[in-house]
Amino acid sequence: MFMSDKQTPALSKERAEYLRKVRFRKYATLAVRVLILVVFFAAWEILANLKLIDPFITSQPSRIIRTLGNLYREGSLFRHIGVTCLETVAGFLIGTILGTGIAVLLWWSDFIARVLEPYLVVLNSLPKIALGPIFIIWIGPGPMAIIVMALAISLIVTILEVLNGFLSVDPEKIKLVQTFGANHLQIFTKVVLPANVSSIINALKINVGLSWVGVIVGEFLVSRAGLGYLIVYGGQVFQLDLVMTSVLILAVAAALMYQGVVWLEKKLVKNQQMYGQL
Amino acid sequence: MAEELVEVRNLGMKYQSPNGEIEAVRDVSFTVRKGEFVSLVGPSGCGKSTILSIISGLLKPTAGSVRIGGEWVRGTSEKVGYMLQKDHLFDWRTIYQNVVLGLEVRGTLNRESREWVLSLLKTYGLYDFRDKYPNQLSGGMRQRAALIRTLAVNPEILLLDEAFSALDYQMRIAVTDDIYRIIKKEQKTAILVTHDIAESISMSDRVIVLSKRPATVTAIHDIRFNLKERTPLACREAQEFPGYFNMIWRELDVHV
Repeated sequence: MFMSDKQTPALSKERAEYLRKVRFRKYATLAVRVLILVVFFAAWEILANLKLIDPFITSQPSRIIRTLGNLYREGSLFRHIGVTCLETVAGFLIGTILGTGIAVLLWWSDFIARVLEPYLVVLNSLPKIALGPIFIIWIGPGPMAIIVMALAISLIVTILEVLNGFLSVDPEKIKLVQTFGANHLQIFTKVVLPANVSSIINALKINVGLSWVGVIVGEFLVSRAGLGYLIVYGGQVFQLDLVMTSVLILAVAAALMYQGVVWLEKKLVKNQQMYGQL
Repeated sequence: MAEELVEVRNLGMKYQSPNGEIEAVRDVSFTVRKGEFVSLVGPSGCGKSTILSIISGLLKPTAGSVRIGGEWVRGTSEKVGYMLQKDHLFDWRTIYQNVVLGLEVRGTLNRESREWVLSLLKTYGLYDFRDKYPNQLSGGMRQRAALIRTLAVNPEILLLDEAFSALDYQMRIAVTDDIYRIIKKEQKTAILVTHDIAESISMSDRVIVLSKRPATVTAIHDIRFNLKERTPLACREAQEFPGYFNMIWRELDVHV
């Protein structure tokens, strides 16, 4: 906001110099970022063309674009992306809502929290992927088992993260509302929950990544569609073009979803942040 | 003589923990008259805040009793307003929303109480800031807002628990003056807990000196100044001040 040149026509020389540097740094960063990407793909393409690396094993950008085109023409590109994204969003939402809900319960009852603590510790350290086969047998091979897999991976982390936020609320703030005679529910709605918007958002951010892990692992194990399925299938038939294409799509989709959460964060904590940072 | 509003009798408090028992308060008795400003002074960690928590009804004593306006204290009471060390204004609420917090919690936020709050904000110069967030206010204004939050529920007695001690020294003296005027103007009874001797003398009609833990009453002093208009700042410069200070200092028996 300091940069609106119309309102402050008399910039000092030092200020102008400083602003010029800031701007330069911004563009330089962006330029080098793009450059890295371009150089990486160009080198990949050229090295593959010169047979210095074997495109059968490493694939190459031109083949990836061709594969993308083929998948699109077959009409299966968006089906695969759609299936995976749907499973991830479902796992993500259920994990967040259920995890936050359980965290509320544990905050509410000190006794339940104490009782469940060792179980949470064990479940948290257990590699949830080991549960994959059990889910498949219980639920059957299909999208449900995949969503449950994603849930298994993200749920415990969400509970612990959000509960930790709830418990770290300044006890003096709680005392303040207690002096007004607040009951347990009021303590939660007036202090604990609003004070924890950012820790819940943090849990969301972690969850996005974990849900992707869960879904891809799930698809590795059971699916007939989705990006994870394409990766496994491509590996089995030694079609590295398909594998690389799927990985790239995955990277873009995961990044977009993460940005979605960041956008949500900006919306939700606008007031706190805006005034907090000034 | 004005009526006795608060009556603390033979108060005792023992905290239990797995590591043992801590006796914080032992056989403390005193009374506070309506409109009086009383300070509890004692060394840090002596259990003075415990006494306030008991008076407010947040804590149950293990011995003795407290009566406010003749009624036994059982749980938090609408007659009591509590001011904590920090202002604890909520970042996510505007000043107005912060100030009505107590009314909201008690379920007494209506047109009448809303107008009362707005009039308080007007009187104490925060009306124009009612839609701002706490981070946009100065330390002194934040303390005012915190006081108005307490006054909004219209308590008969204010408990100030090391209030203002989170502020830096200069700010604290100014805020103390400010808050003192408001409390007097609203004709509230107040009990201040502090380890700051100067602060207690400058604000109080009576100072109750407490011993180290477990807190017992060492002495009770009437503080009188020959001043036309009493303010904490004027008291600090009055000729009676050093005498009171030295006496209480000796009674506190501070060792390094």
